Amino acid sequence: MRAAAALLALSLPLAPVVAAEPRGTGDLGLVVERALGSVKIVETTHRTALARVEGLGDLSHASAVFGRDGRHAFVFGRDGSLTKVDLLAARIEKRVVQAGNSIGGAISADGSLVAVANYEPGGVKVFDTATLAEVADIPSTPLDNGKRAKVVGLEDTTGRRFIWSLYDTGEIWSADLKDPAHPRIERFAGIGKLPYDALVTPDGRYYVAGLFGEDGLVVLDLWDPVARPRRVLDGYGHGEEPLPVYKMPHLEGWAEAQGLLFLPAVGRHELLLLDRGSWEEVGRIPVHGQPVFAVSRPDGRQVWVNFAHPANDVIQVIDVPSRKVVATLSPGEAVLHLEFTPRGEEVWVSARDSDKVVVYDTESRQQVAEIPADKPSGIFFTARANRIGF
Amino acid sequence: MPDPAIATALLVLAGLQAGGPPPERQGELLHRLKHDCGSCHGMTLKGGLGPSLRPEALAGKDEAGLADIVLHGVPGTPMPPWGFEISAAEAAWLVVRLKQGVTP
Repeated sequence: MRAAAALLALSLPLAPVVAAEPRGTGDLGLVVERALGSVKIVETTHRTALARVEGLGDLSHASAVFGRDGRHAFVFGRDGSLTKVDLLAARIEKRVVQAGNSIGGAISADGSLVAVANYEPGGVKVFDTATLAEVADIPSTPLDNGKRAKVVGLEDTTGRRFIWSLYDTGEIWSADLKDPAHPRIERFAGIGKLPYDALVTPDGRYYVAGLFGEDGLVVLDLWDPVARPRRVLDGYGHGEEPLPVYKMPHLEGWAEAQGLLFLPAVGRHELLLLDRGSWEEVGRIPVHGQPVFAVSRPDGRQVWVNFAHPANDVIQVIDVPSRKVVATLSPGEAVLHLEFTPRGEEVWVSARDSDKVVVYDTESRQQVAEIPADKPSGIFFTARANRIGF
Repeated sequence: MPDPAIATALLVLAGLQAGGPPPERQGELLHRLKHDCGSCHGMTLKGGLGPSLRPEALAGKDEAGLADIVLHGVPGTPMPPWGFEISAAEAAWLVVRLKQGVTP
């Protein structure tokens, strides 16, 4: 039954991916259908879905990175699976279940290694992208309850270097896998309470981790071999009681624009503006709800923001020069994610409970297309292959 | 224990006797459980940033106490209070369903 459905998905109108004519992959991407455990392969030139690939397991909170060929996606499933998808052939090339519960991953600059962040058992595992053979296993700090700390905010930077944070123990770990058999690991303890996610700036220089347990962020300068993590935006809540958070904000997919970082405040209906040079707060922008993703258009002129439940039927657009909300759009119910086309003239937005992806022109902010998808969550385009920290 | 816990315990009983919320609302609550609670507890409720909500993880835990967590959250952790959109009787029904094992 499932095989028949998959066959159907690969044949009929969806055949063009397996094109008789050679085609490039620069306009391809995938949309996660979290409840079905499938991904839709999409192309952004004509804004269409080309195929559905099934059998990826539990894709709640799934994310993906791309090999530098722009042809292979590595999808991280909640069930600890790592699936290598061939976008052109529209099929799973290889799948391993490498942990019990995982949360995301990253790919090395040379495309040779893919690293997975695991909750259970806590730690990072690293795989050869060609074969998905395990090349390194880096367990995290043991906890009193016999488990290990959960890994969050796993990012790649230059070379074969990966950086991550430990949620339960408040640490940052950095690993250089130049020689994967002997990872060089640096550990920074006591960075603050409950780091929940992180980003790497587009130049690969700074790792920025957000804290859930404290009002603040932690920055590590990766260019400085003796740098220590330092606290920034300390006490941004000014001691006020934070509002409840119905979905944790995400930092990856960060917004850096015009020398500023636009970051979701935790428990506040605001974006925090952080100067990338001085690491001082330079302003705040009140928004519609608890921000989840704040993503800058690739040119940095706009930042688009989605929100946590119950304010998640709206997306807001911020004009960077004026730092003002210039549009509030209603793409559908439960807006989970957004992804810009490589040059940012359009943006794709997933509306989970409306079972669709909505495409907007980012200048006119008019809807230009709608693509049906089953409970869509993450949207990932192959242009990520060429960016540090994506 | 303060009165609210007793009140919640009574509502657990009331909710069970009444057979829970109307069918349509049950559907909404289970959808919420799978997709929104699921963003921290996992869509299959086996745990994520938040703990597992599967029957084996909840076994032996007090139902009124669990309903209280749903309604009021856990201060100092990411668990938020849901009382603004889930009634005490609905929380009690959810807890019972969770302990029975839900495949949302």
